[in-house]
Amino acid sequence: MRWSAAILLFVLLLAIVAPWLSPHDFQNTNFNAILQSPGLSDGRFFGTDEFGRDLFVRTMLGIRITLLVAVVASLVSLVIGVTYGAVAGYIGGRVDAVMMRLVDTLYALPFIFFVILLMVAFERNFFLIFVAIGAINWLDMARIVRGQTLSLREREFVEAARLTGVSTVRIIFRHIAPNLLGIVVVYVTLSVPQAILVESFLSFLGLGVQEPQTSLGALVNAGVKQMEGASWMLLIPAALLALILMCFNFLGDALRDFFDARHVR
Amino acid sequence: MLRYALLRLLGAIPTLLLVIILAFLMVHAAPGGPFDDERALPAGVAANIEAVYHLDEPLPQQFLRYFSGLLQGDFGPSYRYRDYTVSELIAVGLPVSLQLGALAMLLALIVGVSSGTLAALRQDSMLDRVVMSFAMTGISIPVFVIAPVLILLLAVKLHWLPAGWSGAAGAAKYVLPVITLALPQIAYIARLTRASMIDILGRDFIRTARAQGLGTKAIIRVHALKPAMLPVLSYMGPAIAAILTGSVVVEQVFGIPGLGAAFVRGALNRDYTLVLGIVILYAALIILLNLIVDILYGVIDPRVRQR
Repeated sequence: MRWSAAILLFVLLLAIVAPWLSPHDFQNTNFNAILQSPGLSDGRFFGTDEFGRDLFVRTMLGIRITLLVAVVASLVSLVIGVTYGAVAGYIGGRVDAVMMRLVDTLYALPFIFFVILLMVAFERNFFLIFVAIGAINWLDMARIVRGQTLSLREREFVEAARLTGVSTVRIIFRHIAPNLLGIVVVYVTLSVPQAILVESFLSFLGLGVQEPQTSLGALVNAGVKQMEGASWMLLIPAALLALILMCFNFLGDALRDFFDARHVR
Repeated sequence: MLRYALLRLLGAIPTLLLVIILAFLMVHAAPGGPFDDERALPAGVAANIEAVYHLDEPLPQQFLRYFSGLLQGDFGPSYRYRDYTVSELIAVGLPVSLQLGALAMLLALIVGVSSGTLAALRQDSMLDRVVMSFAMTGISIPVFVIAPVLILLLAVKLHWLPAGWSGAAGAAKYVLPVITLALPQIAYIARLTRASMIDILGRDFIRTARAQGLGTKAIIRVHALKPAMLPVLSYMGPAIAAILTGSVVVEQVFGIPGLGAAFVRGALNRDYTLVLGIVILYAALIILLNLIVDILYGVIDPRVRQR
């Protein structure tokens, strides 16, 4: 778990700092330096692509965008999921039954295809990617939060608040929500890799981030096209993507064992 | 049991209806029309095109037209491939995709369940650690990374297997796509099987069976396997969805002329009706397969039917 956190922190810092320090730019093409293999000389650590663009800087930029999309999308799913789950759990009864029945129904749907449908129908913009991915990932969060809220609402401090006339909305956001913090942190950590997967899947298909911007999924896609002659174009972003996903999964699992007693084997 | 199955069937219909309405509205809420291009069309031409595709009618009427078409298996005309209907394009791709998906699911179940069971039987052994770390890796690495890396290694460098679809002969072309699709599911199923098998093997009725002198093989086969399969069975729904999603990538990477490839081409060409049709078909497939899983669940576990 410490290793995962350390690696993630290192990758994040590198992605933020490295593009400034490198002498190269992410979008300048250079037809004298096409498909150079990785090397230590002149700072081309990851080589260049078929347009002579520096892949080290592009990869770092891709990591930035991948992580940015993932974190923002997770926050979107956090807000929707916590609100929905807390309301369903706190009000309970028939409202709860209907709301959770809806979540069950949505679970069965192939959301990713709806996101692609949205991308086709509307212009592909960044904002839409955030919202779409967030809109997929809130279901788990809603379920977990509802379960937690069901047990919280029977506790004395909630009862005391209700007796002193605090409004339902205020109880949900002031008294219930803060007590969900631990479990919410765990599931946000677990939803970040999910969001990364969706974003890189879309970018891989050419439906996500658009040129000259890039993300790890888009870089893998570009690498597939050049893999016979320039395997580094595929292997480096692919390995980094796998590494980041694995670290988040390990971190999330470890946090879950720590916070969520029911999951300890 | 029949009552349970019928209830499930009735529950699936509104879901499917919701999907169709939602998908239809999404496409029709889009700004601009499907034939908007960089060059604006003359007004008369645009109006004619709209009339041909019934885009000049009010939305509810368009929906009813589309829906009654769907009931007859007609997904409407493709907006980009002028000579084809969406149904024809789907009919070309669907069989290939179904074949791939079914093979991958079969492989995932066989390998996942057996490796998970082995890991559970030898908990904390070397074998267990190997299986579980493989599973963690398999869960973390997305299909679109596994596919090209396997091609690079096994097809481009070692020449063991064909990299593409067209031109490759016989069963060999199935090997890499099916393995790629199955790998992440093998990982999930192995983890699930291991956890639930460990849980079941610790129960009293297993201890009783052991005390009566039953061998490990017989205990697994007669007593443990059925209850241990319940979590795996309830994972089948998400697994089906994941394999469908994965097939989009796999078909793209291996150049397989399936439904997923048609879907991506449609999405990049902004072929509204093709994408809409395939989304609805995918959703219907997932809902149908989930329904089958639900009913199977009722068959295996009588407690579920009581609710």
